Amino acid sequence: MSIVPISYYLVLSAILFGLGVVAFVVKRNIITIFMAIELMLNAVNLAFVAFARAHNQLDGLVFVFFVIVVAAAESAVGLAIIITVYQNRQTLNIERINLLKF
Amino acid sequence: MTLPFIVFFVCAILAVVGALTLILAREPIHSALALVLVMVSLAVLYLLLGAEFIAAVQIIVYAGAVMVLFVFVIMLLNAGVEERTDYSKLAKYAGLPLGIFLLLALAYWMFDSFIGKQIANGVGGTNASVSTRELSAQLFQKYLFPFEATSILILIAILGALVLAKKDE
Repeated sequence: MSIVPISYYLVLSAILFGLGVVAFVVKRNIITIFMAIELMLNAVNLAFVAFARAHNQLDGLVFVFFVIVVAAAESAVGLAIIITVYQNRQTLNIERINLLKF
Repeated sequence: MTLPFIVFFVCAILAVVGALTLILAREPIHSALALVLVMVSLAVLYLLLGAEFIAAVQIIVYAGAVMVLFVFVIMLLNAGVEERTDYSKLAKYAGLPLGIFLLLALAYWMFDSFIGKQIANGVGGTNASVSTRELSAQLFQKYLFPFEATSILILIAILGALVLAKKDE
């Protein structure tokens, strides 16, 4: 039984990361933009696991574990910030939240 | 075409379709469900790569906890259809071509780079999966301090979320 080459995983990871960047730029809803960040983190995790596999080392997997933990903490704080922004501005559209924009 | 290849391509196509749906959907809840699809298919790919523990954590923490949080906030804020704005003409015409260029360039360089070639020729050609026992030994010995630091981080995140979401008196 042959195994899938690691480069296939890396290409999939690159494609998912690119789609995450596109979603981050294209989307106008602040929640969806936040989801695009999660998509990029997932793509990077896939690359980490693939490299850990390729080099037969566990450090990559431990790093993925930490990325998942930090992403969970980040999403908790980020969604609380989104709720606060919505309470203050009554909108989720990123174009209308431009108080700090030059 | 053996079984691992079939599983890989099915999951890869599902993941890419999910990511595209995230971009194309107008309702945030549809984007959230598409992201769940991406995360579950990535968990299957982790299993295929032999990382069972990471696959379980992916399902429990990402597809479970984090996405429930997203869906809950979408419900709480009653987020409806995303409105279209076109303030920026540059973004409208240059954004999509540049995004597609980034995507193709990243994929090409990943595939073509030295390390990609080296690994494709089968450096890590073993089929054995990483045992959770080894991973936990690594986590609780070599990476004990970062592990404890993440617990502090989560505590601070909980406090921060509470303080931010609290109504002003």
